[in-house]
Amino acid sequence: MTTGLNWPATLVFIFFFFLVAIVGFLSARLHPADLNNLSEWGLGGRRFGVVITWFLLGGDFYTAYTIIAFPAFVYGAGAIAFYALPYAILIYPFFFVVMPRLWLVCKRRNYLTLADFTMGRYGSRSLALAVAVTGILATVPYIALQLIGMQVTISALGVHGAAWLNDLPLAIAFIVLAAFAYTSGLRAPASIAFLKDTMVYIFVVAAVIWIPLKFGGFGHVLRKAGDVLAARPVPAALILPHDQFLPFATLAIGSALAVFLYPHAATGVLSASSSSALRVNASLLPIYTLLLGFLGLLGYIAIAADIHVQSTDDVLPLLVLKAFPSWFAGFCLAAVAIGALVPAAIMAIAASNLFTRNIYREYLRPLASAGDESAMAKSASVVIILSSLLFVIFGNRSYAIVLQLLGGVWIMQTLPTILVGLFVRWFDPKALISGWFAGMVSGTGMVWSQGLRSAVYPMRIGGTTLASYAAIDSVLINLIVAAGLTVVLKSLGVSDVQDETLPADYGESVACPASGK
Amino acid sequence: MTITRSRARRKRVWYLLLLLPYVGLLWLPFYARAEPGLWGLPFFYWYQFMWVFITIGLIALVNWRSQ
Repeated sequence: MTTGLNWPATLVFIFFFFLVAIVGFLSARLHPADLNNLSEWGLGGRRFGVVITWFLLGGDFYTAYTIIAFPAFVYGAGAIAFYALPYAILIYPFFFVVMPRLWLVCKRRNYLTLADFTMGRYGSRSLALAVAVTGILATVPYIALQLIGMQVTISALGVHGAAWLNDLPLAIAFIVLAAFAYTSGLRAPASIAFLKDTMVYIFVVAAVIWIPLKFGGFGHVLRKAGDVLAARPVPAALILPHDQFLPFATLAIGSALAVFLYPHAATGVLSASSSSALRVNASLLPIYTLLLGFLGLLGYIAIAADIHVQSTDDVLPLLVLKAFPSWFAGFCLAAVAIGALVPAAIMAIAASNLFTRNIYREYLRPLASAGDESAMAKSASVVIILSSLLFVIFGNRSYAIVLQLLGGVWIMQTLPTILVGLFVRWFDPKALISGWFAGMVSGTGMVWSQGLRSAVYPMRIGGTTLASYAAIDSVLINLIVAAGLTVVLKSLGVSDVQDETLPADYGESVACPASGK
Repeated sequence: MTITRSRARRKRVWYLLLLLPYVGLLWLPFYARAEPGLWGLPFFYWYQFMWVFITIGLIALVNWRSQ
């Protein structure tokens, strides 16, 4: 049947996996409510306090694929990969300023998605549709990447057999996921996020203390990794070289700006119980960034530990298996696999919310009742999860990675609408659509020109070549088009100024003037 | 009215502190170097880790002072 299955690791893995699945099913009982209402199913009734929000957003950003891909990227590329650390720090000052504002307006106007906000703020169905479609396009490959993360951990356990046998555990895991997302909605990832993160923290802390000791201490490990990187056919470095300063900085800032435009991040934010829960979380969430930094260092440790791989995705699982006793390796790999369930569930729920609210209700069935909406969203989540499962089993893994790369560039094109729109209602909606279109086309073109392998685009200006993140370049084009057209439309006096939100909707205490704050 | 508004503005000044992480982490010529190391980690790495703590502190401070 199978050869070389690591039994102790596999048994521990199965035990933790099913423990978490049971918690996922029981979670409909967390803050029980009527799940036939979309804000209950899709946003957990906006009832999550500081702690649950912390786990939910942590599970949202630091996904299974992050845990696999970041050490793999460090292993393969050296210092440039560490842009992820400034990125995961620079998210939060921005989060602190922007997200409470978003939460307030969405709560007061009962918006469930960023496209709902767009519709209310700009009164433009086509702009809201553009935001919804971009969100869904960017999210689905992200779900597929979570499956790939899980696939990598399962194959590390030694499950190698007939093709159908290889994919069976993955299929079981994702049918479980689809079932509990269907029954419990956002409550499911919220309750398993706690278990998953506890396991990931135990794994990473153990890895960071134990593994460097085993391989001769951090100083030794990094010196050795530096030597190996420098001697590679395509040399890489431990310290960032000058010509990578601009790619590093634009990747860090661009990713930090784009992350909250993703539907799953918005879903996590909107499910919080108050804007102050979000402000407190802005200073608590960076704790996950420390974890991320340690994971990155594991990439160097893998180099020093003479881990050799065909696909860099296998770096972390192989390091874990080499450094730890099998039972603990099973625990660590289970942590990673469960780490895939939380973000995949949130992403599927977020994409279903978008589909239901902004495509189904807006275009297909305008008279849908609350019950119809909720039923539609539940079925949509199952369709989304199963189609990404089929995509990973029958499609090519590299398509998911390319689409996710493009997804980051695409989602950035909603920045002028959402982020600028949260602060000023200046842009004209038609101008925003034109800018969005220009950004989508130019951004896709830039990544295409790099053979779909990299989102770092070498722009030639005058005689010099400046390499930077295509999301930043294309969103600048987007902003220039949108601003230029807005000025023209305004000067012609035909600019659309419809806006159902009020300035008071965005403020902290204005809504309750009697509170004396 | 004017008193509350100037007080609001004074509170808003605290938000400027939130720009510091962007300066500190995007100014690569300053920290893309190996020395001085700390516990075996080159400067490039422990400097980034240090900013996690500074950012946590700054956000908590601004949250407290701007209430």
